[in-house]
Amino acid sequence: MATIRQLKRRITSVKNTAKITNALQLVAASKMRRAQDRALQARPYAEKLRIVLAGLATREGGDNSAVHPLLVSRPVKTVAMLHVTPDRGLCGGLNSNMNRSAGTFVAMQHEPVSVVAVGKKGRDFFIRAHTHVTAEFTDLGDYPTQSDTLGISRVIMDDYLHGVVDRVYISFPELVSTANQRPTIRQLLPIEPPQMDSADAAAEFRQGYIFEPSPDIVLARLLPRYIEMQIYEAILQNAASFQSAQMVAMKNATDSARDITRELTLTYNKARQEQITKELLDIVGGAAALED
Amino acid sequence: MPLTVEIVTADRVVRVEQGVDVLIAPGSEGQLAILPKHAALMTTLDYGELVFRRGQVEESFAITGGFMEVRKDRVTILADQAEAAEEIDLARAEAARARAEERIKRGREQNARDVDMARAQAALQRSLLRLRVVQRRRRTDGRPRM
Repeated sequence: MATIRQLKRRITSVKNTAKITNALQLVAASKMRRAQDRALQARPYAEKLRIVLAGLATREGGDNSAVHPLLVSRPVKTVAMLHVTPDRGLCGGLNSNMNRSAGTFVAMQHEPVSVVAVGKKGRDFFIRAHTHVTAEFTDLGDYPTQSDTLGISRVIMDDYLHGVVDRVYISFPELVSTANQRPTIRQLLPIEPPQMDSADAAAEFRQGYIFEPSPDIVLARLLPRYIEMQIYEAILQNAASFQSAQMVAMKNATDSARDITRELTLTYNKARQEQITKELLDIVGGAAALED
Repeated sequence: MPLTVEIVTADRVVRVEQGVDVLIAPGSEGQLAILPKHAALMTTLDYGELVFRRGQVEESFAITGGFMEVRKDRVTILADQAEAAEEIDLARAEAARARAEERIKRGREQNARDVDMARAQAALQRSLLRLRVVQRRRRTDGRPRM
């Protein structure tokens, strides 16, 4: 019976697949821990920066003083999207969720949109969709450092300051939990400063401090850092999200491979039993025929 | 009430230290020393050496710009990059300096297009700063100099 051999071959093949997915799961789990830890390490700096920026950027009184160019909102003629995705697949629905969310968002814009892609999966998607991809950054590795991301920030800020684009969004997978990564889109430029509780609190913040050289200069140095930090955070989240999604996807794959193996083994044993019974019947039948 | 010092970069928390008696930072308007009970201050930092002293122990860091906030005996340094003296690899810093000097020399002599002078200068400054921080640590061997 050919099916027995086929079953046997199928079982071996599924078992081999399970070995691979299991190994990938273990690798992703250990990388995930480190990637999440790095995302956590970046938090104190980010939080401090946010608080200071909120205090400084909330202006008391009229807005007639020289506002920093990164804060100025211009009439929007072109839009850019920094799309942060993983480089690799085998991570469940993460990539397609990311690309769907960004694709829908881009389609909804009234102005022409260009894309700066971080990660191969997002880049490939927008190239296929015939969206203009102005720059791409791939192979940042499993643990990107801040200096790896500075070039990306540079490109984004230069385009904005030179008036090539009038508004910039960032799209990245936010790590809600190990099992849940949410595609998130935020406005990056012009900077919408985080809000202080009230203008009074902001004024108090300004008066409470000695600023050296001056509040405006501190603010001017702070704003580019804020952009760099947001981009860096997004890329860290992306790295952690990818490993988490891959670990979960590979765990599911391993589990279902085991289920399939179990079912196939059952079928295989049944088929084997059936064949033995049949052969026995043949022998018994043959022997009975001889006796007659 | 001694100072609590926190040095963080975008990548990591470099150091959190309590009971600091004095801190000297490379402010963009010149060096400044922070003692306990300092007024609330927010300043930009230049690249340079940051030193603090706790009792008999002195520690130094190489930082490349950033911000410093002083508030209620709590000093927070948001550095672009920061390295503790003991983290600096002397051999690597020496090699980086030699490399940067070589590149600058080549750039001057041949007016070579492939040499990015600004980058080479920055690399040279960084390596010199690292060397300075390490060498001072060697000299003082952790004992206060101030």
